Amino acid sequence: MMKSLLTGATFALGLTTAAFAQDETTKVGFIYVGPVGDGGWTYEHNQGRLAVEEHFGDAVETVFVESVPEGPDAERVMTQMALDGADLIFSTSFGFMDPTINVAGKFPDVKFEHATGYKQADNVSVYSARFYEGRAVQGHIAGQMTESNVIGYIASFPIPEVIRGINAAYLQAKAVNPDVEFKIVWAYTWFDPAKEAEAATVLIEQGADVILQHTDSTAPQAAAQAAGNVATFGQASDMAEFGPYPRVSSIIDNWSPYYIARTQAVIDGTWESTSTWDGIAPGMVGIGEITDSVPAEIKASAEAMIESIRSGEMHPFTGPINKQDGSVWLAEGETASDYGDDGLAGMNFYVEGIVGDVPQ
Amino acid sequence: MIMLEKRPQPSQGWTLATPILAVLLTMLVGGALFAALGKDPLVTIRTIFYDPLFSEFAWYYRPQLLVKGAPLVLIAIGLSFGFRAGVWNIGAEGQYIIGAICGAAVGLALYPMESVFIFPAMVIAGALGGMLWAMIPGILRVKFGTNEILVSLMLVYVAEQLLASMALGTLRNPEGMGFPGSRNLSQYPSAANLELISGSGMHWGVVAAFIAVIFAYIMLSRHIFGFQVRLSGLAPRAAAFSGVNPGRLILLCMAISGGLAGLAGLFEVAGPAGQISIDFNVGYGFTAIIVAFLGRLHPVGILLAGGLMALTYIGGEIAQSKLGLPGGAIQLLQGMLLFFLLAVDVLTHYRVRFGQGEVA
Repeated sequence: MMKSLLTGATFALGLTTAAFAQDETTKVGFIYVGPVGDGGWTYEHNQGRLAVEEHFGDAVETVFVESVPEGPDAERVMTQMALDGADLIFSTSFGFMDPTINVAGKFPDVKFEHATGYKQADNVSVYSARFYEGRAVQGHIAGQMTESNVIGYIASFPIPEVIRGINAAYLQAKAVNPDVEFKIVWAYTWFDPAKEAEAATVLIEQGADVILQHTDSTAPQAAAQAAGNVATFGQASDMAEFGPYPRVSSIIDNWSPYYIARTQAVIDGTWESTSTWDGIAPGMVGIGEITDSVPAEIKASAEAMIESIRSGEMHPFTGPINKQDGSVWLAEGETASDYGDDGLAGMNFYVEGIVGDVPQ
Repeated sequence: MIMLEKRPQPSQGWTLATPILAVLLTMLVGGALFAALGKDPLVTIRTIFYDPLFSEFAWYYRPQLLVKGAPLVLIAIGLSFGFRAGVWNIGAEGQYIIGAICGAAVGLALYPMESVFIFPAMVIAGALGGMLWAMIPGILRVKFGTNEILVSLMLVYVAEQLLASMALGTLRNPEGMGFPGSRNLSQYPSAANLELISGSGMHWGVVAAFIAVIFAYIMLSRHIFGFQVRLSGLAPRAAAFSGVNPGRLILLCMAISGGLAGLAGLFEVAGPAGQISIDFNVGYGFTAIIVAFLGRLHPVGILLAGGLMALTYIGGEIAQSKLGLPGGAIQLLQGMLLFFLLAVDVLTHYRVRFGQGEVA
């Protein structure tokens, strides 16, 4: 016991030696909430890591730890990476937010990048993607593909990011099909093939013939394939192996350009704390191939929508839009702001027409 | 020919030797597994079992062993009473969650008041919460003869749903921009369970774990309750004749295990984790079952086993980050530990004989 008390006193001293341990190669750490083999969220972050390795070759060394619980364990893993001489650490899940801020406070010389959060610091940047732009396209296709007029939605956690996706998809589905109805199942997980499969089965039994998912495994795709007449969309990753049907398109998270740019900034010494929220236009959100299972005219109009989002002509949240309770959210022609009251960043309400409550 | 012959009494020597044998076998087979994954087995084993204790950054990892091991030991000590008496509380994970919720709720309700009584009140609430949650399977078993294994396990899932609901609703941080998760208790001085000596890893939960070990040791070896517990496990009929009230014993065992699990939850939520979040629980309640058996249900054994388990977690992360070992390999290693322990347990109860078996 005495020993650990004494060694504890040397924390500050140890940090200085850790800083000296660096050499010319830039070390970039990644901490993942799921396994790299999830085929979705973590898989794509790992693709970004591999892209960094390929781009920089021997100049950069990357390390990663997968399936890290969000909490004290994440803090320990990041501390360990920083001690081992990491210059830049990407923490790739919302729940890593407070741990990232805590560790960043102890290592002012190490740069941190936190995905999907909102807490910045001098050495902590935040970044996320405007996945809702992709959701709008999904809603546009799904609204026209459905024959039962029931679209199933496997949601993960009721956080703004997920609620934004539901709203964006619903608005576009409703625009092309006024009779459409969304059935939403909250799985309370980002990755749990068993739970996701169960959720998909429940939705199919309730008559859904299109399923959108905001969870990362391919289990819903497999469930839809087994059912035979249910269309799906790849989530986070292309999931092309389930095409051309049930998977008819996908949202692809493309982190590679961002990860390469930020690593370059650290190498050049130009890294600054920033807040990035990129969408289809800069390529952070990709739309996977729309397969031929989608009728040609729907495919054409979906592609036109992608183009108009890319050019900035279309904003998926453009008024008039009411909230679920009927109160006005956006007036005619008004587009949603990112921040502030009723901004997209903190969205916690459904738009008018969606049945059910955001879980409290 | 190899024969197994039942020993009249479990072997004292093997009782002590089997955990060590199990650890050695785990290292051996684990090493083979790492070699099959293309990693140097010796380096990997050293990274997992040696580096956290004696490497360059051991001054950081040693305190972390306390942080990671304390909840495991605290819960396992509680479970060991029941397991000795044949009361199978498998739902410590749920009791851990409820303890955290109840304790955190007391702290959050009093925010931002500052008083020395707040933390003790939270501790009491945490212990009571866990205890009451454990009483449900306890009372159902005593009154209606239900199976406590099933009921306590099922209540884990109920507790998880309750946790999600609390993080999203009742206990959500009003200043959290709509994101789930409570206020950070570790930033609320009166409620924070911080390190008692900076950098030592010692927080109240670690202190409580040590006290629990001593308390359990005295209870089991010197107190009539310990005698009743042991007797009920070894010879239920004899216990009944000697005046042990089985219902009372079951309830006491459930109360002790639930209470300690609740305490572990409270110390975690007020300290290392800091907040109630949707996935606050990371499986301590289940891992503690392994720890309890690995420690032979003996308080000192549990203390050592908790330390060993914490070592595999922390060393496992270092191995992932430094050597690129997949996360699943570490989980496999931990699973192997219990597997081999149960497998070599046969030596405690049976004598191995070589040669011609006797004809009966």
